[in-house]
Amino acid sequence: MSKRFVRVNKNLCASCGACSKECPRNAINIFRGCYAAVDEKLCVGCGLCARTCPAGCIEIILVEEDS
Amino acid sequence: MKKNKSWLDYLWLWTIIYFVLGFFNILFAWLGMIDFILPLLFAIFGGNKFFCNKLCGRGQLFSMLPKKFKCSTGKTAPGWLLSRYFKYGFLAFFMIMFMNIIYQSWLVFGGAKSLNESIKLFWTFNIPFHWAYTAKNFPEWSAQFAFGFYSLMLTSALIGLIVMMLYRPRTWCVFCPMGTMTQIICRYKNRG
Ligand code: SF4
Ligand code: SF4
Ligand code: SF4
Repeated sequence: MSKRFVRVNKNLCASCGACSKECPRNAINIFRGCYAAVDEKLCVGCGLCARTCPAGCIEIILVEEDS
Repeated sequence: MKKNKSWLDYLWLWTIIYFVLGFFNILFAWLGMIDFILPLLFAIFGGNKFFCNKLCGRGQLFSMLPKKFKCSTGKTAPGWLLSRYFKYGFLAFFMIMFMNIIYQSWLVFGGAKSLNESIKLFWTFNIPFHWAYTAKNFPEWSAQFAFGFYSLMLTSALIGLIVMMLYRPRTWCVFCPMGTMTQIICRYKNRG
């Protein structure tokens, strides 16, 4: 089984919130105005946020899980 | 899945209303101070970017226009435009320009300069704007501030629209001086 989710580069993030507005799963929260924090349990890796982010700082990660 | 909309999602209207009001009476430009002060209050007292994340009409407008009119390439902006150097440099430039508006108003207040009834776009192009100043019972320095502030708001909105079209819809938000300033405050509050 593999799981897809996204990871944010906190250094480049402008904490604008554009990503969290787009996320259909409400998986992104702007942590104390500093950066976008993704809840990996909620995220399904659809990539909508990554395509929206004006700073281009969201990356889609694919992890292979052995079960 | 469509998200439920609340009235907060219509604040982009404010951005348009602001420019229309100022076009007819420049003194309305003062209302733009709300967009300067509110984000700072949220950042200083709340330690958050609630303004950017939920209230900013400008950010909403930049998100909305490309959805409606497909007027954005959707490409990521070049690295230098997204870098911290550019963000902080642009913030510094913006603050100096803001100080200059205050200084010009001060000169008019002291009588060292007469009121200049025009707006300046991109800090370069003068555009006559005399029709917008008719309420002569307000002091002239307040009108000078209004002309300068309206110019700043319009110039930044135009830059925002240009990068919205060239790159991703909310590219302006990456180097928006208010966004940068509030993020610096939030990071400072949550340091360590
Ligand atoms: S859209 Fe990008 S820059 Fe804006 S908060 Fe999300 S990750 Fe950060
Ligand atoms: S990849 Fe999709 S589900 Fe995951 S945070 Fe981004 S928008 Fe939300
Ligand atoms: S970064 Fe600037 S334009 Fe973008 S949401 Fe924040 S205040 Fe508004």
